[in-house]
Amino acid sequence: MSELPPSLQRHPDLDTWIRINSDGTVTLFTGKVELGQGLKTAIARIGAEELDVALERVRVQTADTTHGLNELFTAGSGSIEESGASLRQATAEARQHLLALAAERLGVPAEQLRVEDGVVSASTTKQRATYWELLGGKKFARTVTGDAAPKRPEAYQIVGKRGPRLDLTALVTGSARFVQDLTRPRMLYGRVVRPPSPSGRLESLDEAPARRVAGVVAVVRDGSFLGVVAEREEQAVKAVATLRQHARWREQPSLPRMDELHAWLREQPTRSLRVIDGVPVDGPIAPIERPVGAVQTLDATYTRPYHMHASIGPSAAVAEWTTDALTVWTHSQGAYLLRGALAQALGIEADAVRVIHVEGPGCYGHNGADDAALDAALLARAVPGRPVRLQWTREDEHAWEPYGPAMVMKLQASLDGGGQLLDWNHDVWSNTHMARALPYGDRSALVAAWHCGAPMPPPQPFPMVAYHAGIHRNADPLYRVPRRRIVKHFVETTPLRVSSTRSLGAYANVFAIESFIDELAHAAGADPLAFRLRHLDDERARAVLIAAADRAGWAQRRKEYGHGMGLGFAQYKNQKCYAAVVIDLRVDLDTAAIAIERAVIAADAGRVIDPSGLANQLEGGLIQSASWTLKEQVTFDQTRVTSVDWESYPILKFTDAPEIETVLIDRPAEPSLGSGEATQGPTAGAIANAVFEAIGVRLRDIPFSPDRVRAAVSQAG
Amino acid sequence: MPESLSLDVNGRMHRVQAEPDTPLLYVLRNELGLTAAKFGCGLEQCGACKAIVDGEVVFTCNTPVDAFVGRRITTLEGLGTPERLHPLQRAFIEEQAAQCGYCIPGIIMAAKALLDRTPHPSDAEIRNALAIHLCRCGTHTRIIKAIRRAAQETAR
Repeated sequence: MSELPPSLQRHPDLDTWIRINSDGTVTLFTGKVELGQGLKTAIARIGAEELDVALERVRVQTADTTHGLNELFTAGSGSIEESGASLRQATAEARQHLLALAAERLGVPAEQLRVEDGVVSASTTKQRATYWELLGGKKFARTVTGDAAPKRPEAYQIVGKRGPRLDLTALVTGSARFVQDLTRPRMLYGRVVRPPSPSGRLESLDEAPARRVAGVVAVVRDGSFLGVVAEREEQAVKAVATLRQHARWREQPSLPRMDELHAWLREQPTRSLRVIDGVPVDGPIAPIERPVGAVQTLDATYTRPYHMHASIGPSAAVAEWTTDALTVWTHSQGAYLLRGALAQALGIEADAVRVIHVEGPGCYGHNGADDAALDAALLARAVPGRPVRLQWTREDEHAWEPYGPAMVMKLQASLDGGGQLLDWNHDVWSNTHMARALPYGDRSALVAAWHCGAPMPPPQPFPMVAYHAGIHRNADPLYRVPRRRIVKHFVETTPLRVSSTRSLGAYANVFAIESFIDELAHAAGADPLAFRLRHLDDERARAVLIAAADRAGWAQRRKEYGHGMGLGFAQYKNQKCYAAVVIDLRVDLDTAAIAIERAVIAADAGRVIDPSGLANQLEGGLIQSASWTLKEQVTFDQTRVTSVDWESYPILKFTDAPEIETVLIDRPAEPSLGSGEATQGPTAGAIANAVFEAIGVRLRDIPFSPDRVRAAVSQAG
Repeated sequence: MPESLSLDVNGRMHRVQAEPDTPLLYVLRNELGLTAAKFGCGLEQCGACKAIVDGEVVFTCNTPVDAFVGRRITTLEGLGTPERLHPLQRAFIEEQAAQCGYCIPGIIMAAKALLDRTPHPSDAEIRNALAIHLCRCGTHTRIIKAIRRAAQETAR
């Protein structure tokens, strides 16, 4: 059993994963969830392939705590490696068992049987048996043995081949129901009123005017937690506007100055850890030493602001209490963990809570989904027996979702006389990248719990110490250097709420690494691609770089002031998908705006399950990363967050979007590698490098706003 | 006070009960069960709420429902069904031009309005028609491609 994927080891009963339905369909269960990343389709493909059934017969059920299939979070690009690998093995075992049943029924040895779309036959008999005749509506009642071998990639008919995305028809015809669309009998509508600042607490409130708004069923106040429940949604909207008018808040400055953010970050007390082979270790940290033989030494400091997930759909949840039980419909990434967190915040037993995942808009990490679930539960508790659909506003989401933390990266390296790297030094400062909703005991990661009359404080921030996690994710480059010193400086003081945002520390670390390696290449008088290849032994890494460069026409790139092509590369978590990105951009010489005209991605994700789904995620990550890099930063004064809508937090638009070409290197004999976050970091580096090619200035502070471009040009000139 | 209002939605007359100042979006979604149009911001900044009204694609999140009485409203649900897909819907499926899909209804309605008045739009015209629409999953390239494809297929 030890070679089985961990998820399958924890849940070894086949019936937990697969159900052969009597109506000719198959249901696969997963503890992961659909976030728009194409998970359900990928899972269906894996199962359909192993079972030898048509894709159209496969239904996928995602996280619901009644299934008991806890696969933790859908995060970290782990779904295919964790759930996908488990289902691959489980469905292979299911097929083996079904063949054993068929062999008995048909009187033919199992080795002589073949399966086509769930129909089992043999050349030696006219008899056939279908999966549905053999086991339709019945249980497997078996645990996995590890004996069944999954299908060999050479025989694949579905995996790796282009095919439909299963939920797309519903999405384009409007029949898909997001959690924001969910309705239940006798449902009420809820809204919350959040404080105007992180420090804000309710000082006084006159509830009466809000109670008088037509249709209001309840005004819920618990300390500084404030919300309404109404018969109709527009009534809830009116009621919260009235509540706001009659609320007074106590606020104080609690935020650093935005223009001094990174200096502030570096001044804070830190817990500093040396990162060895991707893992932080305790112990003394020696200062950087200039290596013997160093002919040139460069250093550079790069910064990243707070960034938002900024989902197009603000978070929502539906909650319903019956006598002592709570059901919550949520787009949370971690249903089982949320269940525990909700139970603790509500003071009830976890097994009195059922959490069901319903698709939401893209979350891109830990956004407001879990908080909305607690908000909904608190409001619904005031109206037992009636479900409440709680909808965050745009302002709620922008101001209260956990952000990607601000980071500072300081790099230093030396070159020898031959232009080879002698060392590599990377220091990175940041808050935690992990504050997800877990049952923390008497603390809570959920906003409403901080505001209730008997508040639960936020969890103690801690540095992540797993392999390539959080702040140090991808801080250790793949480039070959004789010595390296990677140090993570964990800053505990957390003025703005932060948590996991797509690729966590990797976005900023790779931005810094890929910018710096270009700076070193230029110092060595070398082409940036050649310089990277000179220091890269990993064949798969080399292959994606060369593929992207070839497709982009790197060797023939034009040299014209205002136009530039730049390169960026990383292997996500040094373990998962390899991705190289080439960005071809233009700097508008009047407005100083950066316009990405074309992008090329080359990626190696091992065995590709769904080529179109994979490309969609890689391209989407590129666009989001470009948006972060060119346009985005959370804005704040010393008391409040001030980026509270799309005008104050603009993101990349259709008029800005580049043409993108994606080259996938499919390696069916290799394990699949998680890819959803693989292009975040490389894209940022490629943009910075392309800007340098275009106008000869090095931008090291994200976002690359026109003001910063102008400032860098005048400083250089 | 809620009033009885008559609305022409997707080719049928509907009688709804709503306060006249209720934004159309809530009436479509909660009274008529037409949940394709989405709440994205309520500020006319993202386009997720858009529907077609008398041939023009408009925000529905802010304008009161009584302004829409006597006008022809079309939502995504009225464009086509799984059994009879509109060419735009078919093109989005073939190009796999969606990831989470939340922004898609508003975008398809904007595309429909565009193709109705400009059957052979240039790329720039497609991008401009979508200028207000936000997509965070980064599906822009495929969305533009899908609209281009639908335009070509409709033109045949």
